[in-house]
Amino acid sequence: MNGGAGNSGAADALGGRVGEVVAASTTAFTAQCYRLYEAPALGRLVRCGEDAPTYGVVYDAATESVDPSRHAIPRGIDAATEADALAANPQLERLLHTRFSAVIVGHLDGGGAVMRRLPPYAPRMYAFVAECGDGELRDFCASLEFLPTLLAAPTAAQDEVAAAFLRHAAAAHPNPRDFLGGAGKELAAALAGQLPRVTAILGRLL
Amino acid sequence: MNGYAPSDGRNGDGRNHDWRRGGAAADGGELGMVVSGSLTDGVAVRLDAGVSVEDVKVGTLVSVQGSQTRFLGTLTGVELGSSDPTLASSPPDVSNPLVAEALAGTAAYGTITVEPTLALGVGGAQPAKTIPPHFARASAASEDDVALVFGEEGDGRFHIGNPMDMEAKLCLNIDELVKRSNGVFGKSGTGKTYLTRLLLIGILQRGEAANLIFDMHGEYGWRGSSEHMNEVKGLKQLFGSRVAVFSLDPESARRRGLQSDYDVRIGCDDIEPEDVAVIADEWNLSDVAVEATYTLERRFGGRWISALADLDAEGSNELARELNIPHSTLSALRNRLSRLRRFDFVVDGKGGSAVNEMLAYINDGRHVVLEFGRYGNDIGAYLLVANMLTRRVHKRYVELSERASGGAAERPRPLVITIEEAHKFLSPAIAKNTIFGSIAREMRKYNVTLLVVDQRPSGIDEEVMSQLGTKIACLLDNERDADAVLSGVSGSRKLRTALSRLESNRQALAFGHALPMPVVMQTREYGSAESYRELGFSDASELRARAERDTDLLFGAAPGRGG
Repeated sequence: MNGGAGNSGAADALGGRVGEVVAASTTAFTAQCYRLYEAPALGRLVRCGEDAPTYGVVYDAATESVDPSRHAIPRGIDAATEADALAANPQLERLLHTRFSAVIVGHLDGGGAVMRRLPPYAPRMYAFVAECGDGELRDFCASLEFLPTLLAAPTAAQDEVAAAFLRHAAAAHPNPRDFLGGAGKELAAALAGQLPRVTAILGRLL
Repeated sequence: MNGYAPSDGRNGDGRNHDWRRGGAAADGGELGMVVSGSLTDGVAVRLDAGVSVEDVKVGTLVSVQGSQTRFLGTLTGVELGSSDPTLASSPPDVSNPLVAEALAGTAAYGTITVEPTLALGVGGAQPAKTIPPHFARASAASEDDVALVFGEEGDGRFHIGNPMDMEAKLCLNIDELVKRSNGVFGKSGTGKTYLTRLLLIGILQRGEAANLIFDMHGEYGWRGSSEHMNEVKGLKQLFGSRVAVFSLDPESARRRGLQSDYDVRIGCDDIEPEDVAVIADEWNLSDVAVEATYTLERRFGGRWISALADLDAEGSNELARELNIPHSTLSALRNRLSRLRRFDFVVDGKGGSAVNEMLAYINDGRHVVLEFGRYGNDIGAYLLVANMLTRRVHKRYVELSERASGGAAERPRPLVITIEEAHKFLSPAIAKNTIFGSIAREMRKYNVTLLVVDQRPSGIDEEVMSQLGTKIACLLDNERDADAVLSGVSGSRKLRTALSRLESNRQALAFGHALPMPVVMQTREYGSAESYRELGFSDASELRARAERDTDLLFGAAPGRGG
């Protein structure tokens, strides 16, 4: 797994695309990256599809063997550095792939309006997946009514995902502290009666 | 093409879900939404996340917009609530500013209780017979709401102050006010006199009713004092010849460079046993002694006090035997009544015709202030004189009213009698027997009503208190006093919270006949040149100019003044 920021150059060359959908439902999709380790960062907002794009937040990413029957094994026992080990085994890039999964939090309707709810249909297979830029992220966050969906992402670390998403969103805003103040209130409202959870997430925001 | 076009922050359904809504209650903005309630206990309004409990104050007027009706009520309670039961036992770590900010108004929120009193509809304000539904929006009352409910200034409505924290004018219906007896209460230094002076100005300006003011401390007639300014204008200064100042102590008036309109003289022979009964408590007279006064009056007639005073020791013993009064009682009575001699206004024989003079002024459309001068500090003198004069004025009013009901004459002009230290006249022990108790109970039957000013309402007879039409209470921190003022008022428990939290000066809770709903108010300013102008009075230079104009109109321009 790798950070999105480090791969922005490669993604830009592809018009921001980072991969294609390889599994999808109306609540989540999984995409495979074009390049090894070039998954968007945890909590990033991604868009998939072209005509009626679907928005998802990355909740999981993994790099594993292309052939599920062949597990990766250690390669660098004789190498001085990790780079040396990879250079000695150039085939590895072909034997491994990076995938990431995103929980669907919204979509654009036919008129181009942002709908912060589940799309009527699941994303299509092989739909292009691109990482959203700051402007798109800000617009999507004009309302945080999708927070409950994000907080129910199919992972054990939903709160970490939500916190990571809010950190990215805050960084995209001109006044991150103001954004986080309002987001904190939304979070507290969405998690009414779960005070420890709220405070744990809030503790991860600054 | 990715299908994405930057939007303006609006949602797909066109509504703006901007959660960054700020705002506070103080600017007359939204407060929150109704979440529960009942007609008996009022409705609970959960404050919006942007509204702090520190911005809301008990006693504020709140309007609640139902789906069909707009309700107006008073904020009677403030509470802190939480959506998480563990909040109290395991408080979050608020050292992280984000935590404190996020939880305030969400997991930890404020709730206010609003007592909806009026339903505002097309036909004006009606008493609320139901409550607003769930989710109705509550906001601080607007100036329009206040104007709709309390009316606009003028046409019998007198601007007495402003609802708490509002600029809107709060108007009292003076016509309704003078129909019944009223009370102004509050502990010492809370602005009772200030408020009473304003009420009197309101009544005088309206001109429907006459005032008879027993001005104990010289606060109303010529000039008064205020906490902040050394001197404020009295009624005489404002209303000129429309107000007559009677004085018990002309020397005091002269020392102040003033000339009273009439010097009151009370004749010994004018004092009746009923007049003595009122001061029995103050002068430490036993019930037996009070009874003895009636016996003495039967024996000597109107001269009973002089006759008693003229007795020597032997004569006194003989009289006691003759009238079957214990000698000690008679002797004590004689001693006590000798105090009357210390009052310069008490003269031998018959006194002046103060009552006739008063009634003449009142019939003439004027108002009478009786100043006590140095006797203002003698509660015995105040009780005696106020009671004596009122009994006689009331008697004449009864006669006039009865003649009017027989069709022989016009009903007399309504009369408002202002008394201070009212608990001395209206204590449960004597209220049933004194003229003030009768006036308060009989209401407007004879066109005489009271304006009682008092700092110890718990000392006033309960029945009298219940008959007061409009009560205006400044701060009362004694529980019994607060109970007495609010007894018999619906929702008194909630009003009590507002009453006990009034500011110590110029703030009052007003409720009753002259107001459509109870309201906490800030009394209007009085004492500055601007305040006189706002009340419609011109200053001396304007008056002079007007007088000159009038003279010119009447008699033509005087030589040397041009024209």
